[in-house]
Amino acid sequence: MKGLLAVARTLHERGVMGINERNAEFNLIYNERARYPLVDDKLLTKEIAIQAGAAVPRLYGVIEIQHQVQKLAAMLAEHTDFVVKPARGSQGDGIVVVVGRSKNSYRLADGVLMDHPQLEFHVSNILSGIFSLGGQTDRAMVEYRVIFDPVFERITYRGVPDIRIIVFLGVPVMAMVRLPTRAAKGKANLHQGAIGSGVNIATGRTLTAVWRNQIVSEHPDTGNPVQDVQIPHWGRLLEIAANSFELTGLGYLGIDIVLDRDLGPLILELNARPGLNIQIANRAGLRSRLDAVLEHRARLVSVAERVAFARERFVAAG
Amino acid sequence: MSRRHLYLLSGVLAVLGLAVFLYKVLVLEFPLRPEEKTQTWRVEVRMQFEAKGGPAKLQLNLPRSANNLVIIDQNFVSPGYGLTMGAGRGNQTAVFAIREAQGRQTVYYRVLVNAVRFPDDWSREPVPNLPLPRFEGAEQVAADALVRAARAQSADPETFAAILLRRLKNSASDDEAALLLGQQPPIAKVINVASDLLRIAGTPARPVHGLTLEPERRGAHFVTWLELHNGTRWVSLFPSEKRPVLPQNTLRWWNGRLPLAEITGGTGLSHTVAVSRSYEYALDSALKHGRKLEQKLVEYSLFGLPVQTQSVYRSLLVIPVGIFLLVILRNVIGVKTFGTFMPVLIAIAFRQTELFWGILFFAVVIGIGLSVRFYMEQLKLLLVPRLAAVVVVVILTLAALSILSQKLGFERGLSIGLFPIIILAMTIERMSIVWEERGALESLQQALGSLVVGALCYALMKLALVEHLAFVFPELLLVLLALILLLGRYSGYRLTELRRFRELAR
Repeated sequence: MKGLLAVARTLHERGVMGINERNAEFNLIYNERARYPLVDDKLLTKEIAIQAGAAVPRLYGVIEIQHQVQKLAAMLAEHTDFVVKPARGSQGDGIVVVVGRSKNSYRLADGVLMDHPQLEFHVSNILSGIFSLGGQTDRAMVEYRVIFDPVFERITYRGVPDIRIIVFLGVPVMAMVRLPTRAAKGKANLHQGAIGSGVNIATGRTLTAVWRNQIVSEHPDTGNPVQDVQIPHWGRLLEIAANSFELTGLGYLGIDIVLDRDLGPLILELNARPGLNIQIANRAGLRSRLDAVLEHRARLVSVAERVAFARERFVAAG
Repeated sequence: MSRRHLYLLSGVLAVLGLAVFLYKVLVLEFPLRPEEKTQTWRVEVRMQFEAKGGPAKLQLNLPRSANNLVIIDQNFVSPGYGLTMGAGRGNQTAVFAIREAQGRQTVYYRVLVNAVRFPDDWSREPVPNLPLPRFEGAEQVAADALVRAARAQSADPETFAAILLRRLKNSASDDEAALLLGQQPPIAKVINVASDLLRIAGTPARPVHGLTLEPERRGAHFVTWLELHNGTRWVSLFPSEKRPVLPQNTLRWWNGRLPLAEITGGTGLSHTVAVSRSYEYALDSALKHGRKLEQKLVEYSLFGLPVQTQSVYRSLLVIPVGIFLLVILRNVIGVKTFGTFMPVLIAIAFRQTELFWGILFFAVVIGIGLSVRFYMEQLKLLLVPRLAAVVVVVILTLAALSILSQKLGFERGLSIGLFPIIILAMTIERMSIVWEERGALESLQQALGSLVVGALCYALMKLALVEHLAFVFPELLLVLLALILLLGRYSGYRLTELRRFRELAR
């Protein structure tokens, strides 16, 4: 066991970033307060993404006030599978993924059945704001459920795997794939027990994976190797990520993208305060990569330049 | 750029705070440590009434030096009123009088009391002429029976009085004592009846009212006890089973059945009493040096405020210290808590309940609230009514706990009403959401985190030294402010992150 100071020094040398540093040196400096709503409200995000021509999961409907909850059944009538989520939710809270129906109930991603009154209550809860950041009232959105690309089928337990990319001043600096597990109840959230696997920015191949702060090489539920998996459409993914800077005007953000079997990459959401676990998944520190971007800031103008810079610089991890 | 600005600002604040602090310590000789043993108290009685428009007269009973407490100074603040001192019915009195008064009137009486090592022996004072009480019919029979029974079990006036008092305190609702006392008599009534019975039995006795001086007391209450003459001297009998003697530092105020003050020409007389340790030495020191400026400085400090308000600031000024600790625990250590300032609010509540009971009550309230919240989950209520329902449950729980602890004899339970109710309800709601979304472990972890942070803040805020420094040297809060500003730009690792990222340090 190393001493705490020694640990702190090693982490610092390897460019690992802590939450205070993220907040003080990046969020507060490169992210304008006024632009936060663009990413905190997923409906707004969707709007600006569509305007900019980026692909997003299709919106089936929005419920804004309690009275409209009655219309939920009609809204869902023509869809057998869909996702209900709070527009201002955080960390994946309040998201219900319906994969099918059986009799009068909805079948959820984790296999549980939910009847219509329960779903209505969930929507009411979303409206009253219990999942939203500051507890303000919220809107519930119903959207297309992503049928994920078969490349992840062998290393996912239910749920939808997504790709998180940290983008600094328009340069994709670090990426990871988040794979749902049984422990995470089908959610792609590292806090809740999903696997995070780092990605080589240059090639789009997965690196080592982390599950509950441990390095793993196989998916705990399916037993298949999670390392060295090639992510399809990688070049396109990097372009979408790089573009998110112009989209939002936020200097430091995380973008979550899913790969749909038929529709290709879709932007799921953006995050102005992306978590720091991505460093563990990549076994690399963010700070050194962010410094590299700052150093060459002047020549990183077009999307192509920024993607090229990222692919050249952020090859692999330690 | 912005960093230099921040350092400059922090530097100026810190230097300013320290300069005033050092000036007060070195030049004005303000004490750095709280006095170990309090010798001097300031008691302030504030009386208010509605004047009817005509002449008004307020008669106030005054305390007297007795036992180990000596009155060293007293003053009256009553603009427009004439003041006459007198003696009536065995007490020193002050009469405030005015020819014409309209509306709400406020009158202050302040007294400075010193504790001395060698008590002033007043117990050999002559016995005044005490009127014999008159009972009639059934009351006469009951009184006789009580006196006879107590006399049979006692040897002298002291034991006689003690037995009589115990008998009256433990009366059932249907015996002869209850006939004299009435239903659920307050302790003052018990004392009155005891003194009547003693007089019937030939022992001079009287009810006495006084104030137990404790370091900080806003809203202090008078206590009543019994004084009787055993043939040679006066003795006091305090109505407590365990310790029938007067508590340490009890200021004897007045005797008899009448209230502290009486008003003619006005209505709605009420009074509040505040006790505080006296900081007269601060003034003394300035006066001793005979410098006008310093005297002004003291007058325009917190010492210039009425005692009641001083007590408020005494508790307010330590809050920044707790908040500073909270900032460190959250941003440097990385403890997870519910709500940003919830732990500090808990800590403030703990000041009233004491730590052990505070934690116990907190756990019970949160536990009950959480179970109710989980039950309500089935009812599918909307958020605001659900939160409101939890608030109601929390308040009922607090009331039930107060009643229960009163019955069990823990006085601490009474102060639980000061718990931040709304904050508790929000905590319960947050906790149940976290419980469902992230699991019980995470939820309990955060609750425990809040509790531990609250307890630590409480421990720090409760230190006599911290309280003393914050109150006597409020300018030190500027130094604290400077430190908080600097922490606002702290971008190093949190202690918990060293653990979280330890894989990366291998």
